[in-house]
Formats: sequence, C-alpha cells, structure tokens
Amino acid sequence: MSITLKDQAAIVGIGQTEFSKNSGRSDLQLACEAVSAAIDDAGIEPSDVDGMTTFSMDLTDDIEVARAVGIGSLTFQSQIPHGGGAALGVLHQAAMAVATGAAKYVVCYRDLNGRSGQRYSEGVSGDLITSDSIHWSWYIPSGLMTPTSWVALVTQRYMHDTGTTSADLAQVAVSTRKHAVTNPNAIFYERPITLEDHQGSRMIVDPLRLYDCCLETDGACACIVTTPERARDLAQKPALIRGVAQGSGADQESMTSFYRDDITALPELGIVANQIYAQSGLTPDDIDAAILYDAFTSIVLFQLEAYGFCKRGEAKDFVKNGNIEVGGRLPVNTHGGQLSEAYIHGMNGVNEGVRLIRGTSVNQPEKSDHVLVTAGVGVPSSAMILGKMD
Amino acid sequence: MPNAALEEAFAPFVGQDFGPPEIARDPVNEAMIRQWCDAMGDANPIHWDAEAAAKTHHGGIVAPPTMLQAWILPGVRLADPDRPPSDKQEELHALFNQHGYTGVVATDCEFEFERYLRVGDRVTAKATIESISEEKATALGIGYFVVTRTRFENQDGELVGSMVFRVLKFKPSQPPQQASSGDAAPAKPQRIPAPRGHDNGWWWEALDRGELMIQKCSQCGTLRHPPRPMCHACRSVDWEEQPSAGTGSVHSYVIMHHPPVPGYDFPVAVALVDLDEGTRIVANVVDCPFEDIHIGMKVECSIEELGGVKLPVFRATS
Ligand SMILES: [Zn+2]
Repeated sequence: MSITLKDQAAIVGIGQTEFSKNSGRSDLQLACEAVSAAIDDAGIEPSDVDGMTTFSMDLTDDIEVARAVGIGSLTFQSQIPHGGGAALGVLHQAAMAVATGAAKYVVCYRDLNGRSGQRYSEGVSGDLITSDSIHWSWYIPSGLMTPTSWVALVTQRYMHDTGTTSADLAQVAVSTRKHAVTNPNAIFYERPITLEDHQGSRMIVDPLRLYDCCLETDGACACIVTTPERARDLAQKPALIRGVAQGSGADQESMTSFYRDDITALPELGIVANQIYAQSGLTPDDIDAAILYDAFTSIVLFQLEAYGFCKRGEAKDFVKNGNIEVGGRLPVNTHGGQLSEAYIHGMNGVNEGVRLIRGTSVNQPEKSDHVLVTAGVGVPSSAMILGKMD
Repeated sequence: MPNAALEEAFAPFVGQDFGPPEIARDPVNEAMIRQWCDAMGDANPIHWDAEAAAKTHHGGIVAPPTMLQAWILPGVRLADPDRPPSDKQEELHALFNQHGYTGVVATDCEFEFERYLRVGDRVTAKATIESISEEKATALGIGYFVVTRTRFENQDGELVGSMVFRVLKFKPSQPPQQASSGDAAPAKPQRIPAPRGHDNGWWWEALDRGELMIQKCSQCGTLRHPPRPMCHACRSVDWEEQPSAGTGSVHSYVIMHHPPVPGYDFPVAVALVDLDEGTRIVANVVDCPFEDIHIGMKVECSIEELGGVKLPVFRATS
C-alpha cells in the first residue's frame, strides 16, 4: 500500500511577531515568539511539539528554539535549501512527517532580522551572528573548541561514573582496526594496532588519545532509495529499511548538552532507538551486526548501551574478548569504521550496512539478517535498521 | 618572464646526488634519543624506558621515527656564509644566488617511514635533487621550487625512511625590512572572543566589569545558563541579571593538548563547573596541577584576562 499526501495533514495553529524595520532583538527571540504564539493558537503545549522544520538559510537552529521555548524531545527535524523556494518545502516536510507518524505536531518556522540584520538586498556579506555562533562562543574562549574536546568532557564524566578506563577504550580501537586491516578500501588497510599502541599514542584531549579519534578523509558516499516494489526489479539485492528515525533530546545542544542533570545520559539516542525498534518490531537481540558511528571510541560504548545491547556502564565489558569483532556477539563496524576505514560523516557506514545485508562485506559475519546503522553522538541523531526482503 | 640562462644552467643538476652518502657520526644511541624526547615532549616509553620497551612488540628501545634526519645532520659548519659550496645542493643554491634568486624558504617536508631504528644501528643518507619547477609567481617574489629527496638506510642497506624537502628559491620582491629597536613587538596571538549579540552581549559586558552573572526569569525566577531569550519553564521573555557567588565544583573536565591554537598556550584545563546557584558553566581551571584536578573538586571563580579576553577562571578552593 502506498501513501500519498492527499488529505493527510492540516494546519492547526499560526503565530507571528510584529513586523518592523528594527525588531531590537535577536533572530532567535523572534523565532521563539512566533513559535510560542503558534503553539498557543493551536491550543497545545510546547511539549506536544515533536517535529521542527525550517529553511537552511535560517540563522536560528531548531534546537536553540526548542530549548528556549521548552519544547522537549523531537523525532523529526529538517531544513530545506534555496531561500524562498523552501516556503512550502517546509510544509511538504511537515505533511510527510505527520502522515507517516514520524511526528505528531510539526512546527514550521522562519525568522529574519531582514532589515536591521542581514539585508538580502546587500548580497551575502559580513560576519553574521547566528544562534550557532553564539552557541559555540560559550566554549571557544576557554579553548574547548574541537569535537574531541566536547566528547572528551562527556567521556571523562562517563569514565568516572562507570569505572571505564582508557584501556577499555583501546579495545574499541583495536577491534575496529582489525576489520580495516582486511578492507582494501580502508585507510588503515593492512596496518593493525595493539592495545599498547593505543596506550602509547599521544593525548589529543585528555582523556582521549590519538587512537581514540577518527580519521580525517577526503571522499564521498551516496545511496539510492526507492520503494520495495521497484527494488525487486533492480540489479542488486535490496537492503530493506525496517525502521528509520531521528531524535533530539530535551535540553539538546549541538555537541555540548552539558546542562542536563546527567550529561552522559544522551536521551536523544534512546528516542531514536525506541522508534526504530518499535517500527521494525525487532529488539536488540535480533540485531546481528551494527555500524555504530565511531568518531571517537567512547561513543561506541555509549551507543552499545543506548541501543540496548548491554546495560548502562557495562559496555566496557561487552567490547572485550572479540565480542564486537566478526565471530563475536555483535560485529561492529566491519568496514573498519570511521576510526580506521574513512570518515565520511557516517555515510560510509550506510554503504557497509548495505553490503552486510547483501552478503558482500569483506568481513562478512555468518549471519547478518538485521543490521543497525547509527549516526552522530552528542547531537540530535538518527539511525536505521536494515533487513532482507522476502 | 622565465630566466632562460638560469634554467639552462640548473637543468643538469636535476637527478644528481648531493655528493657521496652522508654517514651518521654516531650510531643510534639512547642518549641522543632521550635528548630528542625531552626537547619534543615525547613521553612514549618505547623510546626511553628500556624495561617498558622490552615488553612491547619492539622488544627494546627504538628511536622516534621523526628523529630520522637528526642522525645525519652535519652540525654548524654549514652556517659559515663564506665557505665555498661543498655539495651539489649548495652549488645549485649558489647558482640561483648569482642570478638574483637570493631568497630561500622551506615550503614543506614529507617523511615516509619504513622501519624503526634500534640502538646500535648506523644511518646512511643519500640525497638527490629530484626536480626544479617552472618559474612561479609567489607572494614572496618570483622563484623556483626545488625538491630534494633523501633516502635513509641502515647498516644493512635496508631502507629506513625517506624525506622529500621542498624549498622556494626566489627573487625577493621587496628588500627585507631591517628590524629596528623602535618597532613595536609583533602582536601576540589572542584567544577568540565571543561575538556579542542581543542574547549574550550583556553577559560579556558584565564580565568586562568584573561580574559573573546568571540570567533569571523575571516571571518565575528560574535561573538559566547559557543565556537565551525565553524562559523554558514559563515562556516569559522578561529576565534580569543575578550576580553569581562564583563558587561551585567540577562536574567534568578535560586537558586540551592538541591541536595547539595560537593564543591559548595549550595544554590548558577546561572544566564544566556546577555553580552553587544550580547552573553550569564551562571555563578554564588555572593554577592547579593537571593531575590534581578531579570531578567534585571545589572551585571558586575570578575574572581575569586570558589571551587578551576577559574570562571567568576557576581555582581550587583553598
Ligand atoms: Zn520563567
């Protein structure tokens, strides 16, 4: 059965600010006021909103609006490119989201200080103050200015709370490297490392060492998505998307969600996990292999817990004894991951997930009927479960 | 306009060795390795701790690969400007100088390492002039890129590594400026300050006055940091500033080592601090040995200039 968007969605609330030549306040505040007014007009609560969509040209990040307005978790986020062409693109996104159950209430918004701030009549110029530039400025003056540093701050607390050690992180690095060693496409093809190599590698941001960090790579990845009906007639054995979801947690920042009671809880991952398991009807026990986003070793541990493969604090034991290598309970990052194959922002992992379903990975496990593929950690995230078609 | 006479004169140099292979004056030895590690801050025990190194797959002390060139460097005899050229590279440079290409700047250097050097190995280096570019216009002036390749071998003739070194020999476009005692010192790199907008400028202005502030909702009293325009608890846009006592404890922390950033004097400690008022803030911890910083450590704030930017900094409470 195919869905069309005919009669699938309705607009139930509208909101706006006054229009002026000088608002006297930030783009972010304008967005908050308009979103807040639309929520009131609809007669819903901020916490009912679970989807947000805006223009890629907007200076205000959705999660900054969410934090300020008191919107909690999100299960749908998008941005549409190309300026004014996005105006109904955001409605299209919202309609698809509610029609498919990706979200229940989606807010579409656009804020502009188009006269007192960035004037489009002047073309693209100048240093823009965006909600993003303000966000990073709470960290950059102190020197906390790299992805390694943001993840290290959370990792330090996680290690303190769970008793995880740097040697435990090394296990992730070594297991992942083993997979790259047999992958001719991997940057670290035929170059194994030992636990000692990891422990001897230099500190980048204490507690994270060089071998806790992913590669920096030039490259590109792409994939084609179509319906299962069309897939049957095409060249390759299809990898069926059994479930796919986005998630943003309450009080979410991009990489710096440092203001939650438990900074290591990463609720956005749980929001994603619950959705993909519910959509697919599968459980962690059904997952045969996983492509876990590995910009850093520690976030592999976070995800093993968040996606339900072990209990909180037990990932350090789960990764031992080859358990995340081919032949273990859950082969993880059979391509060598972003630690050792290439760092293409998770999209090389998508391709490896497809190869695992096709049975064409260079490190093909005996069974790979269901493969989990995840995305970045510390940010609003996403994941999918791939399976085979009957 | 390419310099035809020069190009004709330097063509025969391409492919030539500098001269006979350079043989290291000393075999690979622990003392030189240790000095190198001290100077470079290389704490990897495989280079200086015989016992620890023996337990690794190396089976004993190995030299840091990046030290490769140090074994064959000939010392300060090169520094005498009146000395006649002693090898083909120096002859080539003298040729460039005669044609007015007196400037020289190293542009890049690439190493490839094949094997570790062990204590007792003796290094031999053979350097070759690999290529000379066409004439290029650069910001420094017109010039030619000269690429040399050095092969390093051990006493058994096995390749240890190789180095590709590129220099630009150029005609200075302006005469070099004489440093005079009256000139101002070059600007010291500074930290990156925060851009100041509607929602955060007031907080930095308070800091400039020496006050650490927390944003407080005027309607429901909820405190929030970092500042934002609407109260997440009651959606009021009315707010006020509340001074913080500046006391709290470390919730988590990191030590920034790499990559170094001008103006920041890494390594530095950065902590996420639980302020006693209940909000959190990211800031540097200073005057505390890194190994003494720990989660739960009581700290107190003062406002100081770091790298040209006024910032909150925390010290362990005495
Ligand atoms: Zn309030």
